Amino acid sequence: MTEPATPDATTHAMAFTPEDLPTSDSFFKPHRIVLLLLAAALVFSIAWFMRWDWLPRYLPRLGQGILVTLAMLVSTSILGFLIAVPLGLVQVTGPWPLKALAKSFCTVIRGTPLLLQLWLLYYGLGSLFPQFPAIRQSFLWPYLRESWPYGVAALTISFAAYEGEVMRGAFAGVPAGELEAGRAYGMSRWTVFRRIWLPRAIHRALPTLNGETVLQLKATPLVATITVIDVYAVISKVRQDTFITYEPLLLLALIYMCLTAILVLAFRTLENRIPTRGA
Amino acid sequence: MADPASFINWGLLALSPPGWGGVLLSGFVASIKIAVGGYAFGLALGIGGACGKLYGGPILRDLMECYTTIVRAVPELVLILLLYYAGTDALNHVLGLFGIGTVDIGGLAAGIFVIGIVQGAYSTEVLRGAIKAVPAGQIEAARAYGMSPFKVTTRITLPAMLPYAIPGLSNLWLIATKDTALLAVVGFSELTLMTRQAAGATKSYLLFFCAAGVLYLALTLVSDVFIRLIERRARRGFVEQS
Repeated sequence: MTEPATPDATTHAMAFTPEDLPTSDSFFKPHRIVLLLLAAALVFSIAWFMRWDWLPRYLPRLGQGILVTLAMLVSTSILGFLIAVPLGLVQVTGPWPLKALAKSFCTVIRGTPLLLQLWLLYYGLGSLFPQFPAIRQSFLWPYLRESWPYGVAALTISFAAYEGEVMRGAFAGVPAGELEAGRAYGMSRWTVFRRIWLPRAIHRALPTLNGETVLQLKATPLVATITVIDVYAVISKVRQDTFITYEPLLLLALIYMCLTAILVLAFRTLENRIPTRGA
Repeated sequence: MADPASFINWGLLALSPPGWGGVLLSGFVASIKIAVGGYAFGLALGIGGACGKLYGGPILRDLMECYTTIVRAVPELVLILLLYYAGTDALNHVLGLFGIGTVDIGGLAAGIFVIGIVQGAYSTEVLRGAIKAVPAGQIEAARAYGMSPFKVTTRITLPAMLPYAIPGLSNLWLIATKDTALLAVVGFSELTLMTRQAAGATKSYLLFFCAAGVLYLALTLVSDVFIRLIERRARRGFVEQS
């Protein structure tokens, strides 16, 4: 893939990150107050003149949809990160067969669209599994008949591949002297990894990690195409039922913006809690 | 019939009508067309956006900030749906004002438009970062030599920012090729949707999705080769970092 000289730059260009959050005093400039008033007028006219009578009926379902979206985001990010750590590590220190395997995994996943991977898993594997009686009789079958495991699998794999690349750079970027210092203190290789290498790598990867998580949030609505009822699917249902085009989509955009803002705020709090030297 | 060769029916990928290979390839060509068009449109928007963000007045700067913030915080899929409907509606409305009646703009133009708007925000950010990375001394030196602002831009800022911008811009190209798959959701017949139709008609899902995956991957890998060449040329004269 393109050399990860600046993977953060691309992630930053595509995802809203904590550096973009406005400070509270930045609002009090004359032209901004005027712009804010104009925006308020726009929001008011959208709320007043467009049709929102469908909203109360769908509110409970919207809430459930948001919960499904968040569950997808959190579960796949955590699972994906757990896979990404060995993926990155193997690419830095592993023996060459593992290195090649991890690298080709990242290349293949990052080189094909997520939607295609999702449909490959859902339609492809989903049509293959019922042909094997062993799978039909296993305890997994009730889950494999649902659609969400395929969504979780596809999102996890994609997050792991992108984040594996980031972790590779992060592991490689930890100064060798710090690891040598750990060894000199008589730490075992595992202790060095657990106490120094991994925490330092995660710290280095954190800004990119939160950008990638925002990107993961932006990828979750794709699972609606395989009949997982997330917030996007609920809005699609509204549009089908009521034949209203814009209002549901505008609300959906607003919901995602709020979710992104919450995510970014959470990450900023996390980042601020990590002590750094100087600065 | 336990022979594995009969399990995979390669004849389905044949180019002529009983096979679906030709359909896949035409979808692939459509995908590439949208990616190229959308990327070029996005790059044009990005140059304007970056200049607006860096050199524009306070109001223009804030509006640009809103644009990039919204695109970076809302999923592409939602933006594509919104822009697809809003774009065609707005166009027909404007044409209606001039009394030209409605036109049905083709999927290609609509696809290029929506991918371009999304890419525009991303490349605005990439280019802004790259322009800011140009050492201020070089621009000051150019001014000191009496160059006009336009000349400074074309002779110093743009060439000097290129090495910083190319990694990001090439990533954006790869993203543009993959974002075209999202247009399958609005029913534009690009590679992913064609694949799904072929797979649904023949029931050999794995074969067709894997074939489409190979096409996308080939596009990525071929692009990668060219990106390497471009990058090496853009970075000539740079001190190699160890």
